[in-house]
Amino acid sequence: MGGGPGRRGRLRGAMRVPREQLRALGLVAPLLIFIGVTFIAALATMLMRSVHDPVVADALPETVALLRGWDGERLPAEAVYETAARELSRAGEERTIGQVAGRVNRVQGGLRSVFTRTARDLEDEAPDPAAATGTPWRDALIALDTAWADPATWHAIRTTGERFTSRNYLNAVDMDRLPDGTIARQPEERRIYLRLFWRTLLVSGAITILCLLLGYPIAHLIARAPPRRAALLLVLVLVPFWTSLLVRTTSWIVLLQTQGVINDILVAIGLVSDDGRLAMIYSMTGTLIAMTHVLLPFMVLPLYSVMRGIPPQHMSAAASLGATPLQAFLRVYWPQSLPGVGAGALLVFILSIGFYITPALVGGSDGQLISNMIAYHMQTSLNWGLAGALGGILLVGVLALYMVYDRLVGVERMGLH
Amino acid sequence: MGDIAEMVSQPRQEAPPEVHVEFAGVSKSYDGRTLVVKDLDLRVRTGEFVTLLGPSGSGKTTILMMLAGFQTPTAGEIRIGGRPIQNLPPRKRGIGMVFQNYALFPHMTVGANLAFPLEVRGMGAEERRERVGRALELVRLGELSDRRPGQLSGGQQQRVAIARALVFEPSLVLMDEPLGALDRSLREEMQYEIRRIHRTLGVTIVYVTHDQQEAMVMSDRIAVLRDGVVEQIAPPEGLYEEPERAFVASFIGENNRLHGRVTGMTDRDVCEVETGGVRVRALKVAPCEPGDDVTLSIRPERVEINPEPGRYRNELDARVEDLTFLGDHLRVRLKACGRDDFIVKIPNVLGHGGLLEGDGVRIGWTASDCRALNHEGGEE
Ligand SMILES: Nc1ncnc2c1ncn2[C@@H]1O[C@H](COP(=O)(O)OP(=O)(O)OP(=O)(O)O)[C@@H](O)[C@H]1O
Ligand SMILES: [Mg+2]
Repeated sequence: MGGGPGRRGRLRGAMRVPREQLRALGLVAPLLIFIGVTFIAALATMLMRSVHDPVVADALPETVALLRGWDGERLPAEAVYETAARELSRAGEERTIGQVAGRVNRVQGGLRSVFTRTARDLEDEAPDPAAATGTPWRDALIALDTAWADPATWHAIRTTGERFTSRNYLNAVDMDRLPDGTIARQPEERRIYLRLFWRTLLVSGAITILCLLLGYPIAHLIARAPPRRAALLLVLVLVPFWTSLLVRTTSWIVLLQTQGVINDILVAIGLVSDDGRLAMIYSMTGTLIAMTHVLLPFMVLPLYSVMRGIPPQHMSAAASLGATPLQAFLRVYWPQSLPGVGAGALLVFILSIGFYITPALVGGSDGQLISNMIAYHMQTSLNWGLAGALGGILLVGVLALYMVYDRLVGVERMGLH
Repeated sequence: MGDIAEMVSQPRQEAPPEVHVEFAGVSKSYDGRTLVVKDLDLRVRTGEFVTLLGPSGSGKTTILMMLAGFQTPTAGEIRIGGRPIQNLPPRKRGIGMVFQNYALFPHMTVGANLAFPLEVRGMGAEERRERVGRALELVRLGELSDRRPGQLSGGQQQRVAIARALVFEPSLVLMDEPLGALDRSLREEMQYEIRRIHRTLGVTIVYVTHDQQEAMVMSDRIAVLRDGVVEQIAPPEGLYEEPERAFVASFIGENNRLHGRVTGMTDRDVCEVETGGVRVRALKVAPCEPGDDVTLSIRPERVEINPEPGRYRNELDARVEDLTFLGDHLRVRLKACGRDDFIVKIPNVLGHGGLLEGDGVRIGWTASDCRALNHEGGEE
């Protein structure tokens, strides 16, 4: 008797569990779908594009197939010319020639116009097959443009004709595959990405250190302040978060530019002459100052969260045990704040590696970072494959960093809870 | 202070006369308006175990923090060994301190925690190891040197905290409710340990607790604090037997607390007090004159039920309301002196008589066991 209702209650409870789980799943489903579409799918597409490029292979399938048997040194056989001519003019009709020309142009500069022009001209310049002697298609194409007598042109078709390619990644690290298949560094004047990666790392490191130097005392102050004042200070730290990134960055322009507030003040108090105004923006300096400001909260918050967990008695205990304030800090406080330092530094470093808007606005030409280059390839040169490869390298780098941090400190100690 | 071994060979003498710590007219205010410590005068002799006992918020921690140097007195002077220490930062005061929550450094091993005060004093590795080993022996934690504080039980952490406060051999050790977080049995064990260490080393200890039993067990003298004022300072027996303030009488041990008005003086020390419609004679502790309100304090074990007639100066009628058998004694709740919560304890010895609920009885007590203390209104 006594156990009856209890047992039934338990059974009903057991039945309820899956339904509650279902409800929970239903509640998070929109988020999962959103992340799936906007983040994972987008990421996968971009990464896919960096290794997969079917444009040329689709537009000139037979030419590409025939070129596989080409030795790469002498001019290809007549059959190749004939097929290429046929497929080029078809691409011209189907209006895919622009894309094809763009692809080959990336391998061999100047080929864009060669391809579009050839495709257009082939319509009226087709050789008469009856009168053909020897190599009529080859002659006809070379007559249209001498580039067709250059093996490099055919090499460009062959390279871009690969559906799956490592070309973008090689380019992203300033390398290229030579016609004979070997991999070599790009010529001096075309090596830009590695230098940019390196600069990005240096700038991110510098910003991380600046944020740490500025953020550590602030976080300590907030963690030690009485609750009301701590809340106020936290709000002050967070205000920048609530302001548009664009507004914050442009206000730095207002402050730092040659005719800006700071220079005006310096001139007014006579520290610099009117024509000796300091160039503080549109340069690396501008990028450093503005990005440090923008990213500072990301350093302060994890530091604060860890420091708040360090009992104030520890410093008193250290003092009562005979430690000077410096000893107490170095031996007792700093080691305990390290998880926060790690979390903040990791956060700021990763964010600054991928930062885009601020360097674009205040970086000038020498304050540009790798993400500005990615944006350039996304928006201007439309070389999405290369953009994807640059982004992929960035992603792997960040993941590697995260793993190193996990190994050294342990992500669970980051204090982001 | 000398070596630990030296201390062992030199057993503690009857309270050496010299004053180790002295508070002279010390007051403290945090906000500039209310004083949380008021005009404190306190002397602690070398090697003495003095406990500050008082309810929460009575200023115990504040006093300790001023002594350790983490708070500055608003007025008055603190002297250690006769020297004013106002301008000495905490690290130079050479005081060992055990914090309420232990304040062990979680990122260091137990050994490193203990070595820390030696390290910052620039002591060599060899001597450090030796001293740390000895300190761990003292608190019986020899094998745990390589553990982290997080891997220790509460009692073990407590011992480490004590060892750390002792390892640099301070002559004065402060403990702020060190056993507050421990359960009852562990607490009793640790009380014993701290006593043993105190006897072994002969250091001066200023101890803070709000547990009166703990204070009674451990201390040479107890200072009872209320609202920043020392109500009484005396050895445990003195506090129990001869409380001078109503607050002390009720804070230390059980007591019957009666409110009354002085009606006359019997002789120099004894006054007559009317309470609940009866007149009793009481020892005049607080200065009082006829017409003054006083609080009477009578310990439950000092009241005899059905005494030989004429034996006591105070004898009156009462009725048994409630009987509780508690093993070693019988607890009797009586209706007497106009109230029904008058408690009497009868030791469980042969022939304590068969009382029944509802019985009418006579009760009696001496005038000296009934102390007329300052009037304390409000609480009852
Ligand atoms: N840092 C501080 N700032 C302001 N007021 C304080 C501060 N520390 C203590 N007080 C106040 O001083 C009074 C005495 O506090 P104290 O900590 O000395 O009490 P305590 O006797 O140690 O109490 P407990 O048994 O609860 O630890 C309390 O009213 C408290 O609110
Ligand atoms: Mg306290």
